[in-house]
Amino acid sequence: MEPFRRFKSKAIPLDMVNIDTDQIIPKQFLKLVHKTGYGKYLFYDWRFSSEGKPIEDFVLNNVKYNNRQILLTRDNFGSGSSREHAAWAIRDYGLKTIIAPSFADIFFNNCFKNGILPIRLSQREVEYLFQNIDNVELEINLPAQEIIVTDSGNSKIMHFEVEESKKRILLDGLDEIGITLRYHPYITEYENRNSTKLPSYQKS
Amino acid sequence: MTTFDTIWNNHLVYTGGKGGLHSRDGGPSLIYIDRHLIHEVTSPQAFEGLRVSGRKARRPDLTFATMDHNVPTDSRSLPIIDEVSSTQIQTLVQNCREFGITLFDLASPDQGIVHIIGPQLGITLPGTTIVCGDSHTSTHGAFGAFAFGIGTSEVEHVLATQCLWIEKPKTFAINITGVRKNPHTVTPKDIILSIIRRIGTAGATGTVIEYRGNTISELSMEQRMTICNMSIEAGARAGLITPDQTTFDYIKGRRYAPRDVEFENMVDFWQENLKANRNAQFDKSVSVNIGGIAPQVTWGTNPSMTIDVTESIPYPEEFAKGNESETKAAVRALQYMDLSPGVHITDIPIDRVFIGSCTNSRLDDLMEASLVVKGRRVSSNVRAMVVPGSQQVKLDAERLGLDIVFKEAGFEWRESGCSMCLGMNPDILGRGERCASTSNRNFEGRQGAGGRTHLSSPIMAAAAAIEGHFVDVREWL
Ligand code: SF4
Repeated sequence: MEPFRRFKSKAIPLDMVNIDTDQIIPKQFLKLVHKTGYGKYLFYDWRFSSEGKPIEDFVLNNVKYNNRQILLTRDNFGSGSSREHAAWAIRDYGLKTIIAPSFADIFFNNCFKNGILPIRLSQREVEYLFQNIDNVELEINLPAQEIIVTDSGNSKIMHFEVEESKKRILLDGLDEIGITLRYHPYITEYENRNSTKLPSYQKS
Repeated sequence: MTTFDTIWNNHLVYTGGKGGLHSRDGGPSLIYIDRHLIHEVTSPQAFEGLRVSGRKARRPDLTFATMDHNVPTDSRSLPIIDEVSSTQIQTLVQNCREFGITLFDLASPDQGIVHIIGPQLGITLPGTTIVCGDSHTSTHGAFGAFAFGIGTSEVEHVLATQCLWIEKPKTFAINITGVRKNPHTVTPKDIILSIIRRIGTAGATGTVIEYRGNTISELSMEQRMTICNMSIEAGARAGLITPDQTTFDYIKGRRYAPRDVEFENMVDFWQENLKANRNAQFDKSVSVNIGGIAPQVTWGTNPSMTIDVTESIPYPEEFAKGNESETKAAVRALQYMDLSPGVHITDIPIDRVFIGSCTNSRLDDLMEASLVVKGRRVSSNVRAMVVPGSQQVKLDAERLGLDIVFKEAGFEWRESGCSMCLGMNPDILGRGERCASTSNRNFEGRQGAGGRTHLSSPIMAAAAAIEGHFVDVREWL
């Protein structure tokens, strides 16, 4: 995975609560067997009509938001299905950070495994960003856990929390499985210790 | 300790100390996974990942696979027309062969929705950790297991290491009290929908729910599964019920469950270790009295948007209780559902009825639904189908003659799979079609682009098929 680097971008406003993963990537695109190429299907049913024409008033179809790398949205983003395709679509589309007051658990975890940083900010901060969406530029500084918000020359800092190991994984672009395999002796020891408590399944 | 705490402690492989990458206090712990269930949609990229890095499956003996999400539910002898689905299914067959994993394929009498067959085969056991690349893995929590959905990267991680790094979730006790006057018509589906209505779709985020109370103890295993299944719709990481004699009786004799002395020892172990503890400390708790609840029907596009069958569609402000974003969401939902506030939910014509999914497609569900179907006819305006959750459920139902009851009434009787729960196979709603569905998600487009879903219990969906609109089924029985 690419290490997560500091970057600057304006945000795309997606002003809705409870956006579920069925909307982020509709099921008709879950049938592929690879991990890439999902960006063009991101929010497909909101982005395109049944004839495949772009729906004008959907934010991703507004040219002014093209090439922005941050998605700004509301509470409980990513609820519903566990499909990791949602994270793959977001990454493939070119988004690196999602800002919301809260996220659904599985989606939140999936982001870190795919180089995406989900940031929780307070309702007040999120509201502020929505109100000033066209003026503010955001600089995401993960090591410092800060967003530097620049609004017509003035900047202020919004701090965010991120769990230490998740941060390291993003910053170093680590392969999590490789890390866990280093704990092999602990796993083996666990298996030896517990073989009586939990019999492996019975062969039929 | 809570039941969850006990299971958590029993599965800690590594909890830190100083120095390691994951070792900060309060960071994640490495926990062992006892059972890993796999299906065709969320696994191909995981196997691809293993192959690319030259890794093996650590414990193929603890891993079980089936195909359910996109399988056709018409005759099994027909070829699969959709090429992409067919590729996914073939890919799973090859991956299981290559990595030595037991697969219940389309020809197997054990094939079915992954969350139906785990319990049915005795793979699901109390006190275990169970994962699957599917959010409704919470279903298995009905057995007193810590069971949760994971993403594809985690599927790969579990295949390679049989472990996962997890931050310990908070615990959330939902005490269910009260006695239902009419347990045939006010079902576990109505209980869980009314809980979600109360706490909201994010009400349990970051927690593991423990459902407690006498009302829970009196439910059958199949009914408990319906409740745990929809924990995820309240945002929970998992939901569970402390195992008891009902649990042990259900497991006894199942194919992959321990047998004889080993079974007895296990039961002793479970009784000793997982018993309900009155004084357990939970991070959060709520009490719900279900004595007065009515059959539920959802009107919107998430499962908290539900009302009693006797009610009318709420006004957005009324539903949102002053919350501005929720009001907007409700306005949008009504627009999508093509509904107006104030309209009685029983006055809305239904085009389709789907009885199926891992929430409500077990034998109990089909038996309950058949109570109102017997001797009646499906409305001429409705297309209705029953999709048993597994081949075994289908067979058991056929032994009881339920297939005849449904078919004579005009229902389609299908082969097992997820089917119209998510419409990845040919079973989908057309644009604008309105469906009474026993599944768990009424999201926009879930059952087909432009389709409109009303969630309900099996018996309510069955009665809606007969009348062509929802009815208060309490008046029928
Ligand atoms: S029946 Fe529906 S919810 Fe259950 S596993 Fe299948 S798709 Fe998921």
